[in-house]
Formats: sequence, structure tokens, C-alpha cells
Amino acid sequence: MSQLGGACLILALGVCVYGIGASIYGVRTGQTQWSESGRRSVYALAGILTVAFAVLELAFLRNDFSFNTVADTSSTTTPTFYKAAAVWSSQEGSLLLWAWLLSLWSTLVLFLTRKRMRDVSAYATAILLGFGGFFIALMVFYANPFGTTDPAPAEGVGLDPLLRHPSMMIHPPMLYSGYTLCIVPLAFGMGALLARKVDAEWIKATRRFAMAAWLFLGIGIMLGARWSYSELGWGGYWGWDAVENASLMPWLTATAFIHSLMIQEKRGMLKVWNVSLVLATGTLAIMGTFLVRSGILSSIHAFGGQTLGVPFVILIGVLILSSIYLVSSRRDMLRSEHRLDSLLSRESIFLANNIVLVGLCFVIFWGTYFPLISEALTGHEASVGPPWFDRYTVPLALILVLLSGIGPVIAWRRATFANARRNFVIPLSFALATLAVLLAAGVADSKPFALAMFCCAAFVLGSVGQEYWRGVRVRRAIAGEPAPLALMALVKRNRRRYGGYVVHIGIAVLFVGVAASSSFQHASELSLSPGQSTKVGAYTVRYVRPTASVTPKYDPVHTGSTLSLGAVLDVTKQGKHVTTLTPAEDFYDSGEPAQGSVAHLIGGQPVSQVGIDGGIKRDIWSAIAPNIDTPRLKRIIEIGNKTIPLVRPDEGMIAVAVMAREYMRSPPPAEFHLIVSPLVMWIWIGGAIVACGALIALWPAPSAVRARVSVRARSRAARRLARA
Amino acid sequence: MSPARKRRVRLVVALSAAVILASALIYTSFSAASPTVTPSQLVREGIAGRTYQLTGKVKSGSVRHVGDTLYFSVQDRAGEASVPLSYTGTVPDPFREGREVIVNVEKQGDSYVGERNSLITKCPSKYTATPSKTKTY
Repeated sequence: MSQLGGACLILALGVCVYGIGASIYGVRTGQTQWSESGRRSVYALAGILTVAFAVLELAFLRNDFSFNTVADTSSTTTPTFYKAAAVWSSQEGSLLLWAWLLSLWSTLVLFLTRKRMRDVSAYATAILLGFGGFFIALMVFYANPFGTTDPAPAEGVGLDPLLRHPSMMIHPPMLYSGYTLCIVPLAFGMGALLARKVDAEWIKATRRFAMAAWLFLGIGIMLGARWSYSELGWGGYWGWDAVENASLMPWLTATAFIHSLMIQEKRGMLKVWNVSLVLATGTLAIMGTFLVRSGILSSIHAFGGQTLGVPFVILIGVLILSSIYLVSSRRDMLRSEHRLDSLLSRESIFLANNIVLVGLCFVIFWGTYFPLISEALTGHEASVGPPWFDRYTVPLALILVLLSGIGPVIAWRRATFANARRNFVIPLSFALATLAVLLAAGVADSKPFALAMFCCAAFVLGSVGQEYWRGVRVRRAIAGEPAPLALMALVKRNRRRYGGYVVHIGIAVLFVGVAASSSFQHASELSLSPGQSTKVGAYTVRYVRPTASVTPKYDPVHTGSTLSLGAVLDVTKQGKHVTTLTPAEDFYDSGEPAQGSVAHLIGGQPVSQVGIDGGIKRDIWSAIAPNIDTPRLKRIIEIGNKTIPLVRPDEGMIAVAVMAREYMRSPPPAEFHLIVSPLVMWIWIGGAIVACGALIALWPAPSAVRARVSVRARSRAARRLARA
Repeated sequence: MSPARKRRVRLVVALSAAVILASALIYTSFSAASPTVTPSQLVREGIAGRTYQLTGKVKSGSVRHVGDTLYFSVQDRAGEASVPLSYTGTVPDPFREGREVIVNVEKQGDSYVGERNSLITKCPSKYTATPSKTKTY
């Protein structure tokens, strides 16, 4: 099987080289059959990589430890659900996933544009195949997913327990889909510049792909945040980690592009800016992959392996230089057809939104790459922490939310005073009412940024709500429809606009969650014995009793842990029972027999299973770090290590069970991390609203559907006529 | 003022604002940054009252809890030097003896104090293949 996989990679590399040559030859000589052949090689590439991916996936599911990647990231005890996801937890597997997803998206876009923009799509084909070829070459020469060991080890190391979380199944494919989708507009943008056809055609063809990239990146980022909140045992969802930042940067520039694109479509302005944003987004996506895969920056995501650094640096260098050359050499064609009429217009607001988004991206870029920058400039590596990021990103986020409320209601070209009064009275009164209520309640007087964010969010709800209400009222007046029907028809008629408004609401809701949970959080870290209690915010948390479960069979969360030690916590408020939390820490087999026959069974990565009581008003979050280093428990392990042979893990598990019983009989004090955060749930709800809005905006417009239907109907009618 | 001149003035104002903001950003990043050091560098060059970002491995046998405070030593990846420090705050799951950690520390007299909640543990790198295996491609 490994030979089949390896052969697929070499064949795929050959197809890429051929496809690039054929496309460029075709477009240069005007022989379209060569360009056609180039495009078909992308379809072939997708087929070959699908086979290669299936081979690797099967090796994981069949526990074929002769594959090095399988032996390194899976084991017989890894639950099947996670075996399937283990494919992309290794360097090699994730490179294959990247190349495979790129080939699938490239196939889709080239199929959809097969009858249009022949020159542009021929260049785009070559560029897409260039990226595909780069990743395949990395696999062939540096990180082969089909490398084998002979003889095959009997057991694998197992999937890192930290990754055994449902969102980790979906998070990497979502992010990688986002990254690879960012490459599609980049390829077409470059293709348009190369072919000197910089009209709006290429933008129309790839707009949906840019929006899909934005949606997938967004979902990936949200899933990563959710994983961090519920798996990493620190209770946060965002830590300005280099890898998190790497995925946020292309998302920010893609957001800017999606907005500024509308100005190019409506007014023929900002062409240089748009094409630059597209190229920047694609480059940032590649830089994101580079950051994760090269291990160049200190991050909690230590993926190791510095070998990929040099090829990536070369690719990024080539991308940046060719982008600068292409844009500067074609700048005459990219002249704006109109000028900005007034600073008080929708165009200006969109431009301001773009500047803020690019500014945010620059801040994050600078902070993320600061260790490299500082080493290059001063000779000393230094880094900036979350407070530095917060200092700039918090005010910029406030401006952004405010602009997302102004944008939908301000007029195109030039807003008049009457227009402003008509559109801004309701949103402003929403914001002022919120301010008054919060000040009167004394909720937020010590947290000015949180207070400002709540008011900005209210402003957005007011402005978007007003737009919807006006639209529905007009439809009801014209068509006499009942309100729900009018609303549906309104959204259906202009999905992009009203889907976009839903996204704005989602973003406002999300930021309300972020502002509230980061400003009004109560946290406590302390040691408790059974029977003791502590206060966290308005809640009293009592450690009722310890819990223990042994063997993967009884693992309550089905991640394959060998031992799980936890606690039952009773949470009360003013003497009334609120909830019962059951946080635990799971222990795993380390796969290193040198630790001892019993010690290795629990010597792997311990992972928190946090106990959360989530609610729309607040989350009560708890994690436990049980102490297993007591003399009595250590003694059990020592005796077990001495008396039980390595080949009898079943007897070793009995010793672990004895340990668990001893822990239950006389539980030592355990360390607890308790957090009460208001409105955390709204971050996830906001994220879901954003995703729904994006889906509405992405869905094909009814006119396109109608056109396709009418073509079909016309041909049917023609056939009938011919028969008659 | 002619429209072309007006546009040029606007452009100059906007660019100047961007340059000023970018300079502020760059200046604060240098002043707020903590130098990244290894234990041996910290022992050699550490100045009392300054904050450093310390990277290294948790020294075997050095971890102990006293109340809410965690005491442990960070050792060079390859070398001998180690820095003992006290730390309070969140301890990430993967924290173990022998694991790579990143923590912000301040030198206070002769002792080192970890900044609250600044401890980051690197995920164990299971992504690099073990070199002892014989590989055939």
C-alpha cells in the first residue's frame, strides 16, 4: 500500500509539472487545446491525491504501523473516531491534506470557469498547479507520508491526548480549506494581471471562493477557540498565540477584500487596493501554513521539524516579489474610474473599515513576527505579550464594530444631513439607551472599553434591525405579504446584502461575549480537600467527593484514557443549589516502557476534562489537577513496576485500579481552577450567527437559479418543437 | 484649493497619520517586549527588576507545590545551567518535568518570580519521527 501512496505522489508531481507547462504553452501560443489539457491535469491531480489520501486514511484505520506516520500518531488503543483524525495531526499527513484540499477547490473553480476567461484561467491553472507541486515536492523530498519501517512496530505511540476532542476532528480541515481557498482568488488575481485582463470578471468568478475561504477560516478559528476553552485547562479562548494569529491575519484581509470589492463593483474604484488585498490574503495564508509547519516561532503548537523552513521562505519571497512586480507593472490598467465624492459616504466608511482591518492585521503581524524582527534588528530575540496586543486590538475592534453599524445605513456617494438624521436616530437611540441602562445599573462604570463595546453593539443591532424592518415594510406595502413571508422574500431577493447584515449582528454579539467575559470574570485557583468550599464571584463551590475511573473501556469521554481522576463539585448561590460540576484529569499510556510496567500506563500526557455549566448569562468553568505524587500512590506504582512484567499490561491495569481505590479511600487535596465568566456562550452564538449569515450570502442568487432553469426549459421546448 | 491639490493634501495627512501610528506601534513593541533568554543567559546577564521571557526545560525533580505557589527550575535544553523560580497562576495541562516551557520571569534580588498566568507549555512534539528507526521509502 505504501508503494501505491508513494507512486501517487510522484505521479501527482509529474502531473503538476506537465499541467504548468501545458497551460503556459497554451496561453502563450493561443493553442487552447493545451490550456484545456492543463486544466484537465488539475482534475487528474485531484483524483490522484484522493487515492493517496485514501491510502493513508486506510493505513490509519487498519493500524498499519509499518507506516511511520501511523506508528507516530496512532495506536490500537486510540478510539476509531480519533484514528481517522490522526491523519492530519502529523506533519506529513497535514501536508497531504493541504495539497488534496487545494486540488479539490482548484478543480471546482476551474470547472465552473471552463467556458469563461480562457487566458486568465490558463495562468490561474499554472499558478494553482505550482502551489500543488510545491506541497507535493515537500512530501516527496522532505516529509513523505508513505515512509515505512521494516519490521513494523507492534504498537504505535498514539494520538496526542490533547487532540482527542471532537472539534479537533474538524478544526484542521476547516482551517486548511480556508487557507487553500485563499489561494484560488490569488491565482486568478495573478492570472488576470499576467493576462492583462483586469476587469471585474475574475473578481466575479472568484468572489464566492473568497467568501468561502473567509467562512471556513472563521469556522476553523472558532473551533480552535472552543477547543482551547474546553480542553487546554486554562479557561481562555484566545491567547494571541503565534498559530492562532496566523489564521486570523488572512481572515482580516479577506474581510477587508469582501467589503472593498463592493466599491469596485459599484463604482469601479480601488482596483489596485483590491488586487493587493487578494494577493496579500493568499500570501498570508501561505505564511500561516509556514508558521505552523516550520516551528520557527515559539508557540504552544510545537510541531517540531525545522526542515521545511527554507523552501517556505523561498516560496513566500517569490510570492511577495512577483505580487509587487505585477501590481506595479500593471498599475495603469488599474486606475479608478471614479473618485471619492465625500468623506461622508458608504465608500468612505468601507475604506475606513478596510484601513482598520489592515491596521489590525499589521498590529498582529508585527506582534507575531516580533521575535524574528527583534533578533534581526537588535541581535536579541524578544517577544511581546497579550497586553501589548490588547492595547491596540481593543480600540481597533471597537471602531470596527461601530463602522459595521454605520456602513449599512449610510448613503452611497454623499450622505446629506437629512439622510443622516433619517438613518441614525434609531441606532443612536439604541446605543444611548444601552449606555443609560448600564450606567444606572452601575454594571460597567469601571470598565470603559466593555461599556463602549456594549453601546457599539447596540448601535449595530439598531442599524441592522432598522434596515430589515424598512425592507419588510416596503415589501408588505408592495406585495401585501405577511411579515414573516416578506422577510423571507426580502432575504431571498438580495442574499448577499441581507446575509451580510446577519454577519454584522453575529460579530456584534460575539464581541459582546468577548468584552463581558474578559472584563467581568471571577477566577480562583486553590487547593481543596473533600468537604471544603470556596467563593468564586457570587457562587460557592464545594468539593463534595473525588471520582475515579480505570481502563479506556470506562473512560467517560471515550478518548482512550487509562485513568481518570476527578471531583464532584456542588455549586450554590445564596444557599440554593445551582449545578453540579464533574471536572476530571485523564491520564494516558505514554507508550514508553522504560518508565516501568505500571508507570508508563499513566505516564502519558495528562489532559483536563473541564466541568462547565454553560448558560446564556454565565459559564461556571472548573478544572482539577489531582495530586498523584503522594507517598502511598507512588509506593503502589513502585511495587507494580518491580513485580509486574511489561508484557502483562492487564496486570498493570490492576495496579492502576488499586491506585484509583487508594485515591478514593484517602483523597489528597487537589488543585482547582474555577472561573465564573459572564456571557461566554454569546461568543459561540455570535460565531454561529456569523456562519449562518455567510451561508445566506454565499447561496446562489435566485436569478442565477432561474437563468439555469430557463435555459433547461428553453432547450426542452426547442426539442419538443423540433419533434413536432 | 483645486481638487487635485486637495486630494494631495488629504493623502499627505493620511500617510503622515499612518506613519505616526506605525512608529508608535513599533516603539511600544520594543519598549514592552521582554527579551527571550535561556537559563544560562539569564544567570549570566539577568538584571534585577527586569522581566524576561525564559524558555527551557523543566528540571527533573525540581517541581513542588507549596500552597498556591509552584516551585520549579528551568534548565537549558542541552546545558547544565538552571534557574529556580516561584510561580502562581494557571498551570497548563502538559506541564511536566522534562517538558519545554515558556514563562515570563522577573529577577527580584537573587530569586526569580514567574509572572502570574504566563506559563506556557509546549505540546510534546510527537510530530517528529524518532531517528532510531530504520526508514525505507
